[in-house]
Amino acid sequence: MGFIYLDHQSGTPLHPKVQEAMIQQIQTIFGNPSSDHQVGQPAAAVLEKARAQTAALINANPPEIVFTSGGTESNNQAIKGVAIGLREKGRHIITSNIEHKSVLNSLRTLRLLDYRVTSLDVDQYGSVDPGAVEKAITPETILISVMLANNEIGTIEPIAKIAEIAKKHKIVMHTDAVAATGNIPVDVQELGVNLLSLAANQFYGPSGVGALYIRKGTPVWPLLDGGTQENKRRAGTENLIGIVGLGAAAALAKEAIPARQARLRALKERLEQGIKARIPEIHVNGHPTLNLPHLLSVSVEYIEGESLMLMLDDEGIVVATRSACASGSLRASHVLIGTGMDFATAQGTLVFTLGEENTDAEIDRVLEVMPGIVQTLREMSPLYKKSPH
Amino acid sequence: MAYSPIVMDHFKTPRNVGEIPDADGLGEVGNPVCGDMMSVYIKVEGDRIADIKFKTFGCGAAIAVSSMITELAKGKTLEEAMKIKNSDVAKALGGLPPNKLHCSNLGADALHSAIKNYLDRKSGKVVAKEEGEPHHPERGAACYCPYCEKKVEEESPFCIFCGKEMPHDHDH
Repeated sequence: MGFIYLDHQSGTPLHPKVQEAMIQQIQTIFGNPSSDHQVGQPAAAVLEKARAQTAALINANPPEIVFTSGGTESNNQAIKGVAIGLREKGRHIITSNIEHKSVLNSLRTLRLLDYRVTSLDVDQYGSVDPGAVEKAITPETILISVMLANNEIGTIEPIAKIAEIAKKHKIVMHTDAVAATGNIPVDVQELGVNLLSLAANQFYGPSGVGALYIRKGTPVWPLLDGGTQENKRRAGTENLIGIVGLGAAAALAKEAIPARQARLRALKERLEQGIKARIPEIHVNGHPTLNLPHLLSVSVEYIEGESLMLMLDDEGIVVATRSACASGSLRASHVLIGTGMDFATAQGTLVFTLGEENTDAEIDRVLEVMPGIVQTLREMSPLYKKSPH
Repeated sequence: MAYSPIVMDHFKTPRNVGEIPDADGLGEVGNPVCGDMMSVYIKVEGDRIADIKFKTFGCGAAIAVSSMITELAKGKTLEEAMKIKNSDVAKALGGLPPNKLHCSNLGADALHSAIKNYLDRKSGKVVAKEEGEPHHPERGAACYCPYCEKKVEEESPFCIFCGKEMPHDHDH
Protein backbone atom coordinates (compact mmCIF):
# COMPACT_ATOMS: atom_id res chain seq x y z
CA MET A 1 0.00 0.00 0.00
CA GLY A 2 1.23 3.47 -0.86
CA PHE A 3 -0.25 5.04 2.23
CA ILE A 4 -0.31 4.66 5.99
CA TYR A 5 -3.88 3.95 7.05
CA LEU A 6 -4.69 5.24 10.53
CA ASP A 7 -8.45 5.66 10.16
CA HIS A 8 -9.73 2.17 10.99
CA GLN A 9 -12.71 3.77 12.70
CA SER A 10 -14.05 4.70 9.27
CA GLY A 11 -13.72 1.11 8.14
CA THR A 12 -11.08 -1.60 8.49
CA PRO A 13 -9.57 -3.29 5.44
CA LEU A 14 -11.04 -6.74 4.77
CA HIS A 15 -8.99 -9.51 6.35
CA PRO A 16 -7.78 -11.95 3.64
CA LYS A 17 -9.62 -14.81 5.35
CA VAL A 18 -12.84 -12.75 5.39
CA GLN A 19 -12.36 -12.01 1.70
CA GLU A 20 -11.88 -15.69 1.01
CA ALA A 21 -15.08 -16.64 2.85
CA MET A 22 -17.07 -13.97 0.99
CA ILE A 23 -15.70 -14.96 -2.42
CA GLN A 24 -16.49 -18.59 -1.77
CA GLN A 25 -20.01 -17.54 -0.84
CA ILE A 26 -20.48 -15.58 -4.08
CA GLN A 27 -19.21 -18.50 -6.15
CA THR A 28 -21.20 -21.29 -4.58
CA ILE A 29 -24.44 -20.27 -2.90
CA PHE A 30 -27.13 -17.98 -4.24
CA GLY A 31 -30.30 -19.36 -2.64
CA ASN A 32 -32.76 -17.59 -0.40
CA PRO A 33 -32.49 -18.89 3.18
CA SER A 34 -36.29 -18.71 3.51
CA SER A 35 -36.82 -21.31 0.75
CA ASP A 36 -37.35 -24.86 2.00
CA HIS A 37 -35.79 -26.49 -1.07
CA GLN A 38 -32.39 -27.78 -2.05
CA VAL A 39 -31.16 -24.39 -3.21
CA GLY A 40 -32.50 -22.42 -0.23
CA GLN A 41 -31.38 -24.75 2.51
CA PRO A 42 -27.61 -24.48 2.00
CA ALA A 43 -28.07 -20.70 2.18
CA ALA A 44 -29.95 -21.10 5.47
CA ALA A 45 -27.09 -23.20 6.82
CA VAL A 46 -24.56 -20.52 5.86
CA LEU A 47 -26.70 -17.88 7.58
CA GLU A 48 -26.95 -19.88 10.79
CA LYS A 49 -23.22 -20.57 10.83
CA ALA A 50 -22.55 -16.83 10.65
CA ARG A 51 -25.10 -16.25 13.40
CA ALA A 52 -23.32 -18.73 15.66
CA GLN A 53 -19.94 -17.12 14.92
CA THR A 54 -21.28 -13.63 15.68
CA ALA A 55 -23.00 -14.82 18.87
CA ALA A 56 -19.78 -16.48 20.07
CA LEU A 57 -17.84 -13.20 19.75
CA ILE A 58 -20.05 -11.54 22.39
CA ASN A 59 -21.03 -14.67 24.40
CA ALA A 60 -24.66 -14.59 23.26
CA ASN A 61 -27.01 -17.35 22.13
CA PRO A 62 -27.32 -17.52 18.34
CA PRO A 63 -31.11 -16.86 18.26
CA GLU A 64 -30.43 -13.56 20.06
CA ILE A 65 -28.50 -12.17 17.06
CA VAL A 66 -30.35 -10.14 14.42
CA PHE A 67 -28.35 -9.17 11.35
CA THR A 68 -28.63 -5.56 10.20
CA SER A 69 -27.05 -3.23 7.67
CA GLY A 70 -24.54 -1.96 10.26
CA GLY A 71 -24.13 0.02 13.44
CA THR A 72 -26.51 2.79 12.46
CA GLU A 73 -29.37 0.40 11.78
CA SER A 74 -28.65 -1.59 14.93
CA ASN A 75 -28.85 1.56 17.04
CA ASN A 76 -32.02 2.75 15.29
CA GLN A 77 -33.61 -0.69 15.68
CA ALA A 78 -32.72 -0.97 19.35
CA ILE A 79 -33.97 2.47 20.36
CA LYS A 80 -37.04 2.91 18.17
CA GLY A 81 -37.89 -0.78 18.56
CA VAL A 82 -38.02 -0.54 22.36
CA ALA A 83 -39.85 2.79 22.21
CA ILE A 84 -42.60 1.20 20.12
CA GLY A 85 -42.53 -2.07 22.05
CA LEU A 86 -42.95 -0.37 25.43
CA ARG A 87 -45.07 2.61 24.45
CA GLU A 88 -47.89 1.55 26.78
CA LYS A 89 -45.44 1.40 29.69
CA GLY A 90 -43.80 4.81 29.39
CA ARG A 91 -42.26 7.43 27.12
CA HIS A 92 -39.01 8.41 28.85
CA ILE A 93 -35.50 7.45 27.66
CA ILE A 94 -32.10 8.19 29.23
CA THR A 95 -28.90 8.63 27.21
CA SER A 96 -25.63 10.60 27.31
CA ASN A 97 -24.46 13.72 25.48
CA ILE A 98 -21.66 11.93 23.63
CA GLU A 99 -23.50 9.13 21.86
CA HIS A 100 -23.10 8.42 18.17
CA LYS A 101 -25.39 10.40 15.85
CA SER A 102 -27.38 7.26 15.07
CA VAL A 103 -28.41 7.15 18.74
CA LEU A 104 -28.91 10.89 19.18
CA ASN A 105 -30.90 11.28 15.99
CA SER A 106 -33.03 8.19 16.71
CA LEU A 107 -33.96 9.97 19.92
CA ARG A 108 -34.62 13.16 17.95
CA THR A 109 -37.25 11.24 15.98
CA LEU A 110 -38.78 9.92 19.21
CA ARG A 111 -38.99 13.46 20.60
CA LEU A 112 -41.11 14.35 17.58
CA LEU A 113 -43.40 11.51 18.63
CA ASP A 114 -43.69 12.94 22.15
CA TYR A 115 -41.18 10.77 23.95
CA ARG A 116 -39.09 12.56 26.58
CA VAL A 117 -35.31 12.20 26.51
CA THR A 118 -32.84 12.93 29.31
CA SER A 119 -29.34 13.38 27.91
CA LEU A 120 -26.70 13.21 30.63
CA ASP A 121 -23.56 15.33 30.84
CA VAL A 122 -20.19 13.59 30.92
CA ASP A 123 -17.04 14.56 32.83
CA GLN A 124 -13.81 15.91 31.31
CA TYR A 125 -12.82 12.37 30.23
CA GLY A 126 -16.18 11.69 28.63
CA SER A 127 -17.27 9.28 31.38
CA VAL A 128 -20.94 8.86 32.27
CA ASP A 129 -21.70 8.77 36.01
CA PRO A 130 -23.88 5.74 36.89
CA GLY A 131 -25.22 7.72 39.88
CA ALA A 132 -26.51 10.39 37.50
CA VAL A 133 -28.22 7.70 35.42
CA GLU A 134 -30.03 6.39 38.51
CA LYS A 135 -31.11 9.92 39.50
CA ALA A 136 -32.60 10.49 36.04
CA ILE A 137 -34.87 7.45 36.24
CA THR A 138 -38.61 8.14 36.47
CA PRO A 139 -41.58 5.72 36.63
CA GLU A 140 -41.98 6.49 32.90
CA THR A 141 -38.43 5.42 31.96
CA ILE A 142 -38.40 2.52 29.49
CA LEU A 143 -34.87 2.55 28.08
CA ILE A 144 -31.30 3.55 28.95
CA SER A 145 -28.85 3.79 26.04
CA VAL A 146 -25.17 4.49 26.75
CA MET A 147 -22.27 3.51 24.48
CA LEU A 148 -19.69 0.94 25.56
CA ALA A 149 -16.79 2.95 24.12
CA ASN A 150 -16.83 6.36 22.52
CA ASN A 151 -15.86 6.45 18.85
CA GLU A 152 -14.20 9.89 18.97
CA ILE A 153 -12.23 9.87 22.21
CA GLY A 154 -12.10 6.16 23.05
CA THR A 155 -13.40 6.39 26.62
CA ILE A 156 -14.88 3.11 27.91
CA GLU A 157 -18.09 3.68 29.88
CA PRO A 158 -19.13 1.82 33.06
CA ILE A 159 -21.82 -0.19 31.25
CA ALA A 160 -21.96 -3.15 33.68
CA LYS A 161 -22.72 -0.73 36.54
CA ILE A 162 -25.34 1.17 34.57
CA ALA A 163 -26.94 -2.11 33.41
CA GLU A 164 -27.18 -3.24 37.03
CA ILE A 165 -29.08 -0.05 37.87
CA ALA A 166 -31.34 -0.56 34.84
CA LYS A 167 -32.07 -4.13 35.91
CA LYS A 168 -32.91 -3.03 39.46
CA HIS A 169 -35.49 -0.60 38.06
CA LYS A 170 -36.71 -3.07 35.38
CA ILE A 171 -35.61 -0.79 32.55
CA VAL A 172 -34.26 -2.04 29.21
CA MET A 173 -30.53 -1.36 28.74
CA HIS A 174 -28.96 -0.82 25.32
CA THR A 175 -25.30 -0.23 24.59
CA ASP A 176 -23.78 0.91 21.30
CA ALA A 177 -20.69 -1.31 21.20
CA VAL A 178 -19.77 -0.54 17.58
CA ALA A 179 -16.42 1.11 18.38
CA ALA A 180 -15.57 -1.51 21.01
CA THR A 181 -16.52 -4.86 19.48
CA GLY A 182 -13.55 -6.61 17.89
CA ASN A 183 -11.06 -4.31 19.60
CA ILE A 184 -11.67 -5.27 23.24
CA PRO A 185 -13.43 -8.31 24.75
CA VAL A 186 -17.21 -7.76 24.76
CA ASP A 187 -19.39 -10.16 26.75
CA VAL A 188 -23.12 -9.54 26.95
CA GLN A 189 -23.42 -11.68 30.11
CA GLU A 190 -20.73 -9.72 31.95
CA LEU A 191 -22.15 -6.41 30.74
CA GLY A 192 -25.71 -7.47 31.65
CA VAL A 193 -27.27 -5.50 28.79
CA ASN A 194 -30.51 -6.34 26.96
CA LEU A 195 -29.39 -4.90 23.63
CA LEU A 196 -26.00 -4.40 22.02
CA SER A 197 -25.05 -2.98 18.60
CA LEU A 198 -21.99 -4.04 16.60
CA ALA A 199 -20.64 -3.55 13.06
CA ALA A 200 -18.37 -5.76 10.95
CA ASN A 201 -16.33 -2.91 9.48
CA GLN A 202 -14.74 -2.25 12.87
CA PHE A 203 -13.00 -5.63 12.94
CA TYR A 204 -11.82 -6.44 9.39
CA GLY A 205 -15.22 -7.43 8.05
CA PRO A 206 -17.14 -5.66 5.27
CA SER A 207 -19.04 -2.35 5.54
CA GLY A 208 -22.83 -2.43 5.32
CA VAL A 209 -23.38 -5.31 7.73
CA GLY A 210 -23.74 -5.50 11.49
CA ALA A 211 -25.84 -7.07 14.18
CA LEU A 212 -28.09 -6.25 17.08
CA TYR A 213 -27.97 -8.54 20.09
CA ILE A 214 -31.49 -8.82 21.54
CA ARG A 215 -31.58 -10.65 24.87
CA LYS A 216 -34.45 -13.15 24.88
CA GLY A 217 -37.66 -11.50 26.06
CA THR A 218 -36.67 -7.90 25.24
CA PRO A 219 -39.67 -6.13 23.67
CA VAL A 220 -38.18 -4.84 20.42
CA TRP A 221 -40.67 -4.05 17.67
CA PRO A 222 -39.25 -4.35 14.11
CA LEU A 223 -38.29 -1.24 12.14
CA LEU A 224 -38.46 -2.99 8.79
CA ASP A 225 -41.82 -4.67 8.32
CA GLY A 226 -42.36 -7.55 5.96
CA GLY A 227 -41.73 -11.28 6.18
CA THR A 228 -40.62 -13.40 9.11
CA GLN A 229 -36.86 -13.29 8.58
CA GLU A 230 -34.58 -12.77 11.61
CA ASN A 231 -37.09 -14.06 14.12
CA LYS A 232 -39.65 -11.48 12.89
CA ARG A 233 -37.31 -8.67 13.95
CA ARG A 234 -35.90 -7.64 10.58
CA ALA A 235 -37.82 -8.40 7.39
CA GLY A 236 -36.23 -8.67 3.95
CA THR A 237 -34.04 -11.24 2.21
CA GLU A 238 -30.73 -11.41 4.02
CA ASN A 239 -27.49 -9.85 2.78
CA LEU A 240 -25.89 -13.27 2.78
CA ILE A 241 -22.49 -12.28 1.37
CA GLY A 242 -22.09 -9.50 3.91
CA ILE A 243 -23.33 -11.70 6.75
CA VAL A 244 -20.79 -14.40 5.83
CA GLY A 245 -18.12 -11.68 6.03
CA LEU A 246 -19.36 -10.61 9.46
CA GLY A 247 -19.35 -14.21 10.69
CA ALA A 248 -15.82 -14.86 9.42
CA ALA A 249 -14.55 -11.57 10.90
CA ALA A 250 -16.22 -12.38 14.24
CA ALA A 251 -14.59 -15.82 14.34
CA LEU A 252 -11.18 -14.26 13.62
CA ALA A 253 -11.70 -11.52 16.19
CA LYS A 254 -12.63 -13.95 18.93
CA GLU A 255 -9.25 -15.64 18.55
CA ALA A 256 -7.26 -12.48 17.85
CA ILE A 257 -8.52 -10.00 20.45
CA PRO A 258 -6.04 -10.65 23.29
CA ALA A 259 -2.98 -10.35 21.02
CA ARG A 260 -4.59 -7.61 18.89
CA GLN A 261 -5.34 -5.53 21.96
CA ALA A 262 -1.80 -5.73 23.33
CA ARG A 263 -0.17 -4.96 19.99
CA LEU A 264 -2.43 -2.01 19.20
CA ARG A 265 -1.96 -0.55 22.67
CA ALA A 266 1.82 -0.68 22.25
CA LEU A 267 1.57 1.07 18.86
CA LYS A 268 -0.75 3.71 20.29
CA GLU A 269 1.61 4.28 23.22
CA ARG A 270 4.46 4.83 20.74
CA LEU A 271 2.35 7.35 18.81
CA GLU A 272 1.04 9.14 21.89
CA GLN A 273 4.43 9.47 23.64
CA GLY A 274 6.07 10.48 20.36
CA ILE A 275 3.54 13.24 19.67
CA LYS A 276 3.74 14.51 23.25
CA ALA A 277 7.54 14.66 23.03
CA ARG A 278 7.66 16.37 19.64
CA ILE A 279 4.70 18.76 19.54
CA PRO A 280 4.06 21.31 22.29
CA GLU A 281 0.60 22.57 23.23
CA ILE A 282 -1.51 19.52 22.46
CA HIS A 283 -4.19 17.70 24.43
CA VAL A 284 -4.78 13.96 24.49
CA ASN A 285 -8.51 13.39 24.81
CA GLY A 286 -10.49 10.70 26.60
CA HIS A 287 -10.01 8.73 29.79
CA PRO A 288 -6.33 8.20 30.75
CA THR A 289 -6.74 4.47 31.48
CA LEU A 290 -10.27 3.30 30.61
CA ASN A 291 -9.92 3.69 26.87
CA LEU A 292 -9.86 1.79 23.57
CA PRO A 293 -6.43 0.30 22.80
CA HIS A 294 -6.36 1.48 19.19
CA LEU A 295 -7.81 5.00 19.34
CA LEU A 296 -5.83 8.18 19.99
CA SER A 297 -7.58 11.56 19.90
CA VAL A 298 -5.30 14.59 19.93
CA SER A 299 -6.28 18.25 19.85
CA VAL A 300 -3.59 20.54 18.47
CA GLU A 301 -3.82 24.15 19.63
CA TYR A 302 -4.01 27.08 17.16
CA ILE A 303 -4.75 25.08 14.01
CA GLU A 304 -7.75 23.57 12.34
CA GLY A 305 -8.10 19.82 11.91
CA GLU A 306 -9.16 19.57 8.30
CA SER A 307 -6.09 21.41 7.00
CA LEU A 308 -3.90 19.20 9.22
CA MET A 309 -5.66 16.08 7.93
CA LEU A 310 -5.25 17.19 4.28
CA MET A 311 -1.54 17.93 4.71
CA LEU A 312 -0.95 14.54 6.34
CA ASP A 313 -2.96 12.96 3.51
CA ASP A 314 -0.61 14.62 1.05
CA GLU A 315 2.27 12.88 2.85
CA GLY A 316 0.47 9.55 2.55
CA ILE A 317 -0.81 9.49 6.12
CA VAL A 318 -4.55 8.86 6.41
CA VAL A 319 -6.28 10.04 9.59
CA ALA A 320 -9.67 11.44 10.61
CA THR A 321 -10.44 14.89 11.95
CA ARG A 322 -13.28 16.04 14.16
CA SER A 323 -13.21 19.68 13.10
CA ALA A 324 -16.51 21.36 12.30
CA CYS A 325 -15.27 22.21 8.83
CA ALA A 326 -14.80 18.58 7.91
CA SER A 327 -18.20 17.51 9.17
CA GLY A 328 -21.23 17.70 6.94
CA SER A 329 -23.05 19.75 9.53
CA LEU A 330 -20.26 22.33 10.04
CA ARG A 331 -20.67 21.99 13.78
CA ALA A 332 -17.93 21.32 16.28
CA SER A 333 -17.86 17.76 17.63
CA HIS A 334 -20.62 17.28 20.22
CA VAL A 335 -18.36 14.78 21.98
CA LEU A 336 -15.44 17.16 22.50
CA ILE A 337 -17.73 20.04 23.45
CA GLY A 338 -19.47 17.57 25.81
CA THR A 339 -16.19 17.02 27.66
CA GLY A 340 -15.96 20.78 28.24
CA MET A 341 -13.42 21.58 25.54
CA ASP A 342 -13.58 25.07 23.99
CA PHE A 343 -14.59 25.40 20.34
CA ALA A 344 -11.24 26.61 19.01
CA THR A 345 -9.30 23.71 20.52
CA ALA A 346 -11.92 21.18 19.42
CA GLN A 347 -11.39 22.43 15.86
CA GLY A 348 -7.82 21.14 15.86
CA THR A 349 -8.63 17.54 16.67
CA LEU A 350 -7.26 14.47 14.90
CA VAL A 351 -8.40 10.93 15.59
CA PHE A 352 -5.91 8.15 14.90
CA THR A 353 -7.42 4.65 14.89
CA LEU A 354 -4.81 1.96 14.49
CA GLY A 355 -5.20 -1.48 13.00
CA GLU A 356 -3.59 -4.90 12.70
CA GLU A 357 -1.53 -4.06 9.66
CA ASN A 358 0.11 -0.95 11.16
CA THR A 359 3.79 -1.14 12.10
CA ASP A 360 6.26 0.70 14.34
CA ALA A 361 7.89 2.08 11.19
CA GLU A 362 4.58 3.62 10.10
CA ILE A 363 4.11 5.27 13.48
CA ASP A 364 7.67 6.61 13.29
CA ARG A 365 6.92 8.08 9.88
CA VAL A 366 3.95 9.98 11.36
CA LEU A 367 6.18 11.26 14.16
CA GLU A 368 8.73 12.40 11.59
CA VAL A 369 6.26 14.27 9.38
CA MET A 370 3.62 15.63 11.74
CA PRO A 371 5.65 18.18 13.77
CA GLY A 372 6.73 20.06 10.62
CA ILE A 373 3.17 20.19 9.27
CA VAL A 374 1.84 21.43 12.61
CA GLN A 375 4.51 24.13 12.67
CA THR A 376 3.75 25.23 9.08
CA LEU A 377 0.04 25.58 9.91
CA ARG A 378 0.76 27.32 13.20
CA GLU A 379 2.98 29.86 11.42
CA MET A 380 -0.01 30.52 9.17
CA SER A 381 -2.47 30.90 12.06
CA PRO A 382 -3.49 34.26 13.54
CA LEU A 383 -4.15 32.48 16.85
CA TYR A 384 -0.56 31.31 17.25
CA LYS A 385 1.80 33.45 19.26
CA LYS A 386 5.32 32.10 19.39
CA SER A 387 6.32 31.15 22.90
CA PRO A 388 8.79 33.60 24.49
CA HIS A 389 11.73 31.18 24.93
CA MET B 1 -15.24 17.35 0.12
CA ALA B 2 -13.57 17.11 -3.29
CA TYR B 3 -11.50 20.28 -3.65
CA SER B 4 -10.53 21.49 -7.13
CA PRO B 5 -6.86 21.21 -8.22
CA ILE B 6 -6.50 25.02 -7.90
CA VAL B 7 -7.79 24.89 -4.33
CA MET B 8 -5.33 22.10 -3.48
CA ASP B 9 -2.46 24.04 -5.09
CA HIS B 10 -3.20 27.19 -3.09
CA PHE B 11 -3.75 25.15 0.07
CA LYS B 12 -0.49 23.24 -0.23
CA THR B 13 1.64 26.18 -1.35
CA PRO B 14 -0.19 29.28 -0.15
CA ARG B 15 0.99 32.61 -1.53
CA ASN B 16 1.69 35.67 0.64
CA VAL B 17 1.53 34.03 4.07
CA GLY B 18 2.59 36.19 7.00
CA GLU B 19 2.18 39.59 8.58
CA ILE B 20 3.28 43.08 7.53
CA PRO B 21 4.65 44.66 10.73
CA ASP B 22 4.07 48.27 9.55
CA ALA B 23 0.89 47.53 7.59
CA ASP B 24 -1.29 50.46 6.47
CA GLY B 25 -4.45 48.44 6.97
CA LEU B 26 -5.51 45.31 8.84
CA GLY B 27 -8.73 43.36 8.34
CA GLU B 28 -9.84 40.56 10.65
CA VAL B 29 -12.92 38.44 10.05
CA GLY B 30 -14.46 35.23 11.36
CA ASN B 31 -13.87 33.52 14.65
CA PRO B 32 -12.71 30.06 15.58
CA VAL B 33 -16.15 29.02 16.85
CA CYS B 34 -17.41 29.12 13.29
CA GLY B 35 -14.36 27.29 12.06
CA ASP B 36 -12.38 29.99 10.30
CA MET B 37 -10.54 33.17 11.15
CA MET B 38 -8.58 35.35 8.76
CA SER B 39 -6.32 38.39 9.07
CA VAL B 40 -5.28 40.44 6.00
CA TYR B 41 -2.47 43.01 6.09
CA ILE B 42 -2.07 45.59 3.31
CA LYS B 43 0.63 48.07 2.37
CA VAL B 44 -0.71 50.91 0.20
CA GLU B 45 1.34 53.04 -2.21
CA GLY B 46 -0.59 55.84 -3.91
CA ASP B 47 -3.97 54.26 -4.43
CA ARG B 48 -2.62 50.78 -5.07
CA ILE B 49 -2.15 47.72 -2.90
CA ALA B 50 1.64 47.37 -3.07
CA ASP B 51 1.88 44.43 -0.71
CA ILE B 52 -0.58 42.09 0.96
CA LYS B 53 -0.17 39.20 3.41
CA PHE B 54 -2.49 36.93 5.36
CA LYS B 55 -2.77 34.66 8.36
CA THR B 56 -5.59 32.12 8.56
CA PHE B 57 -6.96 29.59 11.04
CA GLY B 58 -9.16 27.28 9.04
CA CYS B 59 -9.73 24.36 6.75
CA GLY B 60 -8.17 23.71 3.36
CA ALA B 61 -10.74 25.91 1.62
CA ALA B 62 -10.17 28.81 4.01
CA ILE B 63 -6.40 28.73 3.44
CA ALA B 64 -6.82 28.50 -0.35
CA VAL B 65 -9.33 31.39 -0.31
CA SER B 66 -6.88 33.51 1.71
CA SER B 67 -4.06 32.78 -0.68
CA MET B 68 -6.21 33.52 -3.74
CA ILE B 69 -7.55 36.83 -2.43
CA THR B 70 -4.00 38.10 -1.89
CA GLU B 71 -3.14 37.14 -5.47
CA LEU B 72 -6.25 38.82 -6.85
CA ALA B 73 -5.75 42.03 -4.85
CA LYS B 74 -2.01 42.56 -5.23
CA GLY B 75 -1.26 45.59 -7.45
CA LYS B 76 -4.93 46.54 -7.79
CA THR B 77 -6.22 50.01 -6.97
CA LEU B 78 -8.25 50.28 -3.78
CA GLU B 79 -11.35 50.91 -5.85
CA GLU B 80 -10.75 47.79 -7.96
CA ALA B 81 -10.01 45.73 -4.86
CA MET B 82 -13.24 46.82 -3.20
CA LYS B 83 -15.11 45.35 -6.18
CA ILE B 84 -13.72 41.83 -5.67
CA LYS B 85 -16.50 39.65 -4.32
CA ASN B 86 -16.35 36.39 -2.37
CA SER B 87 -17.90 34.70 -5.39
CA ASP B 88 -15.01 35.97 -7.58
CA VAL B 89 -12.55 34.25 -5.26
CA ALA B 90 -14.51 30.99 -5.39
CA LYS B 91 -14.62 31.26 -9.20
CA ALA B 92 -10.87 31.90 -9.45
CA LEU B 93 -10.32 28.77 -7.35
CA GLY B 94 -12.29 26.66 -9.82
CA GLY B 95 -15.24 26.47 -7.43
CA LEU B 96 -15.66 25.44 -3.80
CA PRO B 97 -17.77 22.64 -2.30
CA PRO B 98 -21.26 24.02 -1.52
CA ASN B 99 -20.91 23.71 2.25
CA LYS B 100 -17.67 25.71 2.13
CA LEU B 101 -19.17 28.65 0.25
CA HIS B 102 -20.88 29.68 3.43
CA CYS B 103 -18.24 29.02 6.05
CA SER B 104 -14.83 29.49 4.53
CA ASN B 105 -15.31 32.09 1.84
CA LEU B 106 -14.17 35.05 3.91
CA GLY B 107 -11.40 36.37 1.67
CA ALA B 108 -13.14 39.38 0.13
CA ASP B 109 -14.66 40.31 3.49
CA ALA B 110 -11.20 40.34 5.07
CA LEU B 111 -9.72 42.35 2.19
CA HIS B 112 -12.52 44.94 2.29
CA SER B 113 -12.14 45.18 6.05
CA ALA B 114 -8.39 45.88 5.62
CA ILE B 115 -9.05 48.59 3.01
CA LYS B 116 -11.69 50.18 5.23
CA ASN B 117 -9.22 50.11 8.11
CA TYR B 118 -6.63 51.87 5.90
CA LEU B 119 -9.13 54.56 4.82
CA ASP B 120 -10.25 55.10 8.43
CA ARG B 121 -6.65 55.50 9.57
CA LYS B 122 -5.93 57.91 6.69
CA SER B 123 -8.93 60.06 7.51
CA GLY B 124 -7.63 60.33 11.06
CA LYS B 125 -10.32 58.23 12.64
CA VAL B 126 -8.87 56.48 15.64
CA VAL B 127 -9.57 52.84 15.12
CA ALA B 128 -9.45 50.40 17.95
CA LYS B 129 -8.20 47.00 16.88
CA GLU B 130 -11.37 45.16 16.04
CA GLU B 131 -12.18 41.79 17.45
CA GLY B 132 -13.21 39.34 14.76
CA GLU B 133 -16.98 39.33 14.58
CA PRO B 134 -18.88 36.09 14.42
CA HIS B 135 -20.19 35.93 10.86
CA HIS B 136 -23.01 33.55 11.64
CA PRO B 137 -23.98 33.94 15.24
CA GLU B 138 -25.66 31.16 17.18
CA ARG B 139 -29.26 31.85 18.06
CA GLY B 140 -29.11 30.19 21.43
CA ALA B 141 -28.61 26.46 21.33
CA ALA B 142 -31.80 25.77 19.39
CA CYS B 143 -32.35 25.55 15.64
CA TYR B 144 -35.08 27.40 13.80
CA CYS B 145 -36.57 26.81 10.38
CA PRO B 146 -35.36 29.66 8.14
CA TYR B 147 -38.71 29.69 6.32
CA CYS B 148 -41.40 29.46 8.98
CA GLU B 149 -39.22 30.36 12.00
CA LYS B 150 -40.55 27.45 14.04
CA LYS B 151 -38.18 25.61 16.36
CA VAL B 152 -36.96 22.40 14.72
CA GLU B 153 -34.71 19.51 15.69
CA GLU B 154 -30.99 19.75 14.85
CA GLU B 155 -29.98 18.47 11.41
CA SER B 156 -33.58 17.94 10.35
CA PRO B 157 -33.77 16.91 6.67
CA PHE B 158 -36.86 19.11 6.23
CA CYS B 159 -39.06 21.28 8.44
CA ILE B 160 -41.93 19.22 9.85
CA PHE B 161 -44.07 22.34 10.15
CA CYS B 162 -43.81 23.89 6.67
CA GLY B 163 -42.30 20.97 4.73
CA LYS B 164 -39.40 22.98 3.21
CA GLU B 165 -36.00 21.27 2.72
CA MET B 166 -33.51 22.54 5.29
CA PRO B 167 -30.42 24.10 3.67
CA HIS B 168 -27.29 21.92 4.05
CA ASP B 169 -24.89 24.71 4.78
CA HIS B 170 -27.05 26.30 7.41
CA ASP B 171 -25.24 26.47 10.73
CA HIS B 172 -28.26 27.81 12.57
